[in-house]
Amino acid sequence: MTQAAAEIDWQQDVFDVLKEGGVSQIAYVPDAGHATSIRAAQADPDIRAVVLTTEEEGVALVGGAWLGGQRAVLLMQSSGVGNCVNMFSLLHSCRFPFLTLVTMRGEYAEFNPWQNPMGLATQRALELMGITVLRVDRPDQVRDTVSAAFDSVFLAGERVAVLLGQRLIGRKKWENG
Amino acid sequence: MMDVMPNEGLDRRRFVADLLAEIPDALVVTGLGSPSYDVFAAAGPEREHTFYLWGAMGGAVPLGLGLALAARDRSVVVVTGDGEQLMGIGALGTVAAQSPDNLTIVVLDNGHFGETGMQPSHSGLGADLTAIAAGFGIPTTLRITDSEDVGRVAKHVNARSGTTFVQVLIAAEDKPRALPPRDGVANKNAFRAALGHSTF
Repeated sequence: MTQAAAEIDWQQDVFDVLKEGGVSQIAYVPDAGHATSIRAAQADPDIRAVVLTTEEEGVALVGGAWLGGQRAVLLMQSSGVGNCVNMFSLLHSCRFPFLTLVTMRGEYAEFNPWQNPMGLATQRALELMGITVLRVDRPDQVRDTVSAAFDSVFLAGERVAVLLGQRLIGRKKWENG
Repeated sequence: MMDVMPNEGLDRRRFVADLLAEIPDALVVTGLGSPSYDVFAAAGPEREHTFYLWGAMGGAVPLGLGLALAARDRSVVVVTGDGEQLMGIGALGTVAAQSPDNLTIVVLDNGHFGETGMQPSHSGLGADLTAIAAGFGIPTTLRITDSEDVGRVAKHVNARSGTTFVQVLIAAEDKPRALPPRDGVANKNAFRAALGHSTF
């Protein structure tokens, strides 16, 4: 990674795309890779930050927001994709526009083997349920990729997931202190 | 344990019809199965601001929440059953954390999974849905056991003065099916059109 790429605040880029696109509801199950967007959503009077007990709630919530005329997105970790699988039927049956940003685990320098089964199946699970997958591993490509997905969803009515690779997020520090 | 025997409890069709008659402008979302038949039997095809789920079990309340947050000047009512609510029980916590003033959740509770052969549900086996909703922090909860109380529910819906959870103890009985349209795309587009929104 170049020095310039390392200095890009890609998490801020994600939020900026959502904000500039007029997103009014951001539903999430927290993850460190989404921390900037969650904090910014909580601080923004024009955006509702909706904390979920499980990710599938967010799939239905995004559909409800659309029925009411608002744009909403779902932020989750790769493990959450597994929790959503049947609820994704709603998107297909009603052809709801749907954008989710997924921070990846279980694929790169993963310390915890329990993350691997779902992390390694995340892309295929999404594709099996009819959701187009874009992937980004470099900070300097985040803005453009999220923006492209955003336009597919809200201008063309598609269902798209952007996987934010574990290389972006970096190695998780496990040592104490 | 809740003592709802097969022929005790309110008539679900009558309760839903009486409620809908008093909330003509409310945006209605139904959970899959019998609650959608109850709503369609009363609403018919002309009530375009009604959204029927035929799947997505557990999704009625979070879908209603997203709608309520988006359409703050409209009353939003989720009509679902105990089984559907139980599958998405955590969503009551998600609702409580937001507590939009315009959202009412109506659970038609017969203590059974009616669509699949009347197996007892958790509410029939002792879970108290009103206590659960209150425990999650939903500010107003009502348990309805008298058909005369439908006006109280309608008043909460129309007032839009706080998130309300309503448990309606209905009889565990099968009614003739009144099947709403299964075309989710058409339902979505008609619903949005009724609110003045384009397809996408």
